[in-house]
Amino acid sequence: MTNIIEAHGLTKRFGKTQALAGVDFEVEQGSVLGVLGPNGAGKTTAVRILATLLRPDDGYAKVAGFDVVHQAKDVRRTIGLTGQYASVDEELSGIQNLVMIGQLLHLSTTQARARAVELLAEFDLTDAAKRATKTYSGGMRRRLDLAASLIGRPQVVYLDEPTTGLDPAKREDVWNMIRVLVKLGTTVLLTTQYLEEADALANEITVIDHGKVIAHDTPQGLKRQVGGQTIEVRPVSLADIDRVTALLTSVGTRVPEHPAPDMVSVPVDSGEALTRVVATLAAEKIAVTELSLRLPSLDEVFYSLTGKAKTEAEVEEEVAA
Amino acid sequence: MIRDSLILAKRTVTKMFRSPEQFIDVTLQPILMTTIFVFIFGGAVAGGTSQYIQFVLPGIIVQTVMFTSLTIGVNLNTDIQKGVFDRFRSLPISRSAPLVGPVLGDIVRHTIAIGVTLIYGVLLGFRTDTPWFHVLGAALLMIVFALSLCWVSVLIGMLARTSGAVQGLSFLIVFPLTFASSTFVPASTLPVWMQGFVSVNPVTHVIGAIRGLLSGESAMAAGTTVGGEVLWVLASCVVLVGIFFPLATWAYRRKI
Repeated sequence: MTNIIEAHGLTKRFGKTQALAGVDFEVEQGSVLGVLGPNGAGKTTAVRILATLLRPDDGYAKVAGFDVVHQAKDVRRTIGLTGQYASVDEELSGIQNLVMIGQLLHLSTTQARARAVELLAEFDLTDAAKRATKTYSGGMRRRLDLAASLIGRPQVVYLDEPTTGLDPAKREDVWNMIRVLVKLGTTVLLTTQYLEEADALANEITVIDHGKVIAHDTPQGLKRQVGGQTIEVRPVSLADIDRVTALLTSVGTRVPEHPAPDMVSVPVDSGEALTRVVATLAAEKIAVTELSLRLPSLDEVFYSLTGKAKTEAEVEEEVAA
Repeated sequence: MIRDSLILAKRTVTKMFRSPEQFIDVTLQPILMTTIFVFIFGGAVAGGTSQYIQFVLPGIIVQTVMFTSLTIGVNLNTDIQKGVFDRFRSLPISRSAPLVGPVLGDIVRHTIAIGVTLIYGVLLGFRTDTPWFHVLGAALLMIVFALSLCWVSVLIGMLARTSGAVQGLSFLIVFPLTFASSTFVPASTLPVWMQGFVSVNPVTHVIGAIRGLLSGESAMAAGTTVGGEVLWVLASCVVLVGIFFPLATWAYRRKI
């Protein structure tokens, strides 16, 4: 497999702010790279450089072999961009927006219209096609924006925080659209501050913070990098909490934590610990509402990599016992 | 570049017809201005409304077209803030098309502004004393001037941070240009120190040319001819475009 996106040593400074301080990217053709980081980490700056909207101060980036600075027009033929804010025209209707972009991509009016109708259907917007987009809901706008970036059937699509501000059901909608895109062979570079989102969609994840790459791995590898598994126990009665804490102290590699007042969790180094916990709980007749063994969530990975409080992303779902 | 610009010009026109409030400044505003000036100042300035309208209407048309040409900076600034320009810039299109397109699309607004003001003026008693093609020539000249002047607004739209600031700065430019000219009163009545500016102000020459084209050379300031004023206007258009088009495209590339 070849890398369709390659960037090396990208730096960018805005006044006193060092937005990027030497960032590398490598994205294989047909894969999804998740670029993960908190607000202000430099994600959008990186995407804007890769989309030819900004020049890097230093370093280079190539998309499909074209240099983003010196061969910008060739890069623009290759890419589709969906910005952080829906960049469709509010006064125009959905179909007018898409037809206009088709025409700008040198499709004939008939071709542009056909492609627009096709995409509107694909993104479930046919009924709203003739309405001004200012009447669209947030989710509909994102879908239209995504459709707009796909008109020219680009090889590479950049999605800059495609689900920020959407409710969970709409977020799932957008994820499914992205999965369809990937199935068609499109390479996707996705920025997000939702760890859950990168985990759900990306083949590889680059974590950036303060303009620097602080980790790059597969979602699994990233979890492994932080190491171990975690046992979580939630007893039925709060009175049992001390006994459970004592039990987990005996099997854990660290002092147990209380993620919730009625819950105890501890990292362990082997699956056998779970067997011991279950046996002891049964022997001591401690009833539990939840008992789980899981890999560390991306939240925890991120926390341990940056040393900063986690974002608003949800804690991984637990297996009810 | 022409094809891309025309597609984007069509966008501007489509948007215009989808938000009718955008027509207020090219319909109601000139009607209001004409009414105010003719009936309030007419008696005092020219001794009667019918004499004054013959003098002031060309000035009001030019002023309306100037105001119209300066709204483009506000619209472009809003587009940039909304991220629409990011999309355009990520497409393989001509670099200046996102600026040239809206400028061309505004021809529709200028045409409406000129038509509405002229028709309303005729209803109030304005009379043209020249052949029809002179009237057409006057309209074309104003549109050419508007398309040149609007690059100043495009530049402001690229440089200012908010669309409110664009609006404020634009008015700061239009007011001295329109009032320190022969728009509302004959230039000979102005103080001498101001006449220096008035005589090089392109707006004075636009209005001179328009008065000549609509009412004949007898309506023009002494010593000026239609041909001379038209040349003056075309020369100032070349200068305006020559300076502000490169500056605006430079600011555009720098901004985004």
